[in-house]
Amino acid sequence: MTIEVKNLVKKFGSFKAIDGVDLKVDNGELLALLGPSGSGKTTLLRIIAGLDWPDSGEVSFNGEDALAQGARERHVGFVFQHYALFRHMTVFENVAFGLRVQPRAIRKDEATIRARVKELLDLVQLDWLADRYPSQLSGGQRQRIALARALAIEPRILLLDEPFGALDAKVRKELRRWLRSLHHEINVTSIFVTHDQEEALEVANRVVVMDKGRIEQIGSPDDVYESPATAFVHGFIGESIELPVHIAGGVIRLGDRPLRLAADGLAPGASKLFVRRHDMLVGPPGSGAFEGAVQHVRNFGPVQRAEVALSGGETIEIDAPRDRELRVGDSVGLQPRRYRIFAG
Amino acid sequence: MSAIAARRRTLPGFGLTMGLTLSWLSVIILIPLAGLFLKSLELSPEQFWNILSSRRTLNALRVSFGLAFAAACVNLVMGSIIVWALVRYRFPGRRLFDAIVDVPFALPTAVAGVALTALFAEKGWLGAPLAALGIKVAFTPVGIFVAMIFIGIPFVVRTVQPVLQDLDPEIEEAAGSLGASRWQTIIRVILPSLGPALLTGLALAFARAVGEYGSVIFIAGNLPNVSEIAPLLIVIRLSEFRYADATAIAVVMLVVSFVVIFAVNRLQRWAQSRIPAR
Repeated sequence: MTIEVKNLVKKFGSFKAIDGVDLKVDNGELLALLGPSGSGKTTLLRIIAGLDWPDSGEVSFNGEDALAQGARERHVGFVFQHYALFRHMTVFENVAFGLRVQPRAIRKDEATIRARVKELLDLVQLDWLADRYPSQLSGGQRQRIALARALAIEPRILLLDEPFGALDAKVRKELRRWLRSLHHEINVTSIFVTHDQEEALEVANRVVVMDKGRIEQIGSPDDVYESPATAFVHGFIGESIELPVHIAGGVIRLGDRPLRLAADGLAPGASKLFVRRHDMLVGPPGSGAFEGAVQHVRNFGPVQRAEVALSGGETIEIDAPRDRELRVGDSVGLQPRRYRIFAG
Repeated sequence: MSAIAARRRTLPGFGLTMGLTLSWLSVIILIPLAGLFLKSLELSPEQFWNILSSRRTLNALRVSFGLAFAAACVNLVMGSIIVWALVRYRFPGRRLFDAIVDVPFALPTAVAGVALTALFAEKGWLGAPLAALGIKVAFTPVGIFVAMIFIGIPFVVRTVQPVLQDLDPEIEEAAGSLGASRWQTIIRVILPSLGPALLTGLALAFARAVGEYGSVIFIAGNLPNVSEIAPLLIVIRLSEFRYADATAIAVVMLVVSFVVIFAVNRLQRWAQSRIPAR
């Protein structure tokens, strides 16, 4: 199933939750909607599911208009952040729910339903919990049951809203890997929403980065990390050093200080320079584009994280390899291995 | 030494609060009820039976319990709908309507009785059109029914309201996205979640209606065997100085009420056990 969203707009009062979004999702993709809270990613997901309605724009599944249908007709599996399991039903009945409410004409007989639920519980590896109630399960188990319940209706599309958001870090990591392999197995077009970049980059085939109701960049996890399209994406994904610079006459300046960096093809004016923390190479004073003094050093396994006060007045954090020990008070030269400059 | 050896509880004050609870409940509830039972012991079993099996007593009990149950059922249905509207929708005057629900709590029951009687009397605002349709409300059992609905409605609304407020709308969205129709969502998801609260509301409204006196006697007409409620019969027997008769009827009311409340309580606990707390 392909999904196509065209020029979508959704307002809550005067707040534009979604501000002109275009998106195409290919068949069998596992797509991440990544963004800070309030970026409109959940609203977009809920509109695709039919739980919210846009003010304008189009949503189509395989070319047919989805907005003409309610959530019930869209045949979309939705997994909620807080599971939304039915508390008065056993795990088994929760998973069976979608099968039991089918119109009588197409409803399967009890034996088929039982077999199907058993199959789904096996798929999420929780068949031994069939008779428990949701309150007796751990968060990770509940979310897997919620997923099994959504899959019971053989959805055309699977939508997951911050599926691991309410879980602790360790469980979250396990479930990430598990979700990816599950998707490989069932191969349903899936979209999941997350604010956790690591989660998006690790699980998804493609990542859509959103901010303030707009899409900032769509690309593979490598794309969005290695070649961020906008200042926002660079700042949001990966750990970045952000420095306000000024470009004039082919020279990049940090404060008053000209930087020995090429300004070819850059528009003059105020800009932002981005460098990944680990892309800042440390050398002797005078060896790089920046000069600074080490103010603080902490060791993080293979790297040392140093706070460096630049002579322009800014203080930045860099990750340097441990082969050359940095000490507080050292004067260093810093040369960015790679950097990007965005206007604004 | 013994003070140190005494087991320390994390929550202090158990002895004090428990002692107060027991003595207060004894003074307020248990001792008066025990007195009631003792008084009825003055009667021989035969006398007791004769009082109870008299036509007038049986009819009074039937009117009280039958109409109270019917009124509680009506309140259960209408109360649920009112709760739904108050919790789920935002409309002008919602707060006012929310406050109006409490009026039967606060209004002196005699005032309510007089007001309802005036309203439903043959020339009243509602009584006149109903009379045109051939329905007589005031001074008939229907009047008792109306009064019992009036005093019972807040019990259902106020018990169900907080539970519905806590019910996560995502549950309904989940049911919808799984293909459930609105009706299926209500029957299979919402009502079972509200079940215990609905049962409590039903029990409270029923108990209140069984015991209601003030508003009913104004509107009932109080015709023996037809529109005479058991509490009124007790008062009549008392005014005739037939104290034993009065206590016998009271004991029966007490026992039946207790059995009903106990049964509903068990039912509620059973329903609750199927929805363990989050």
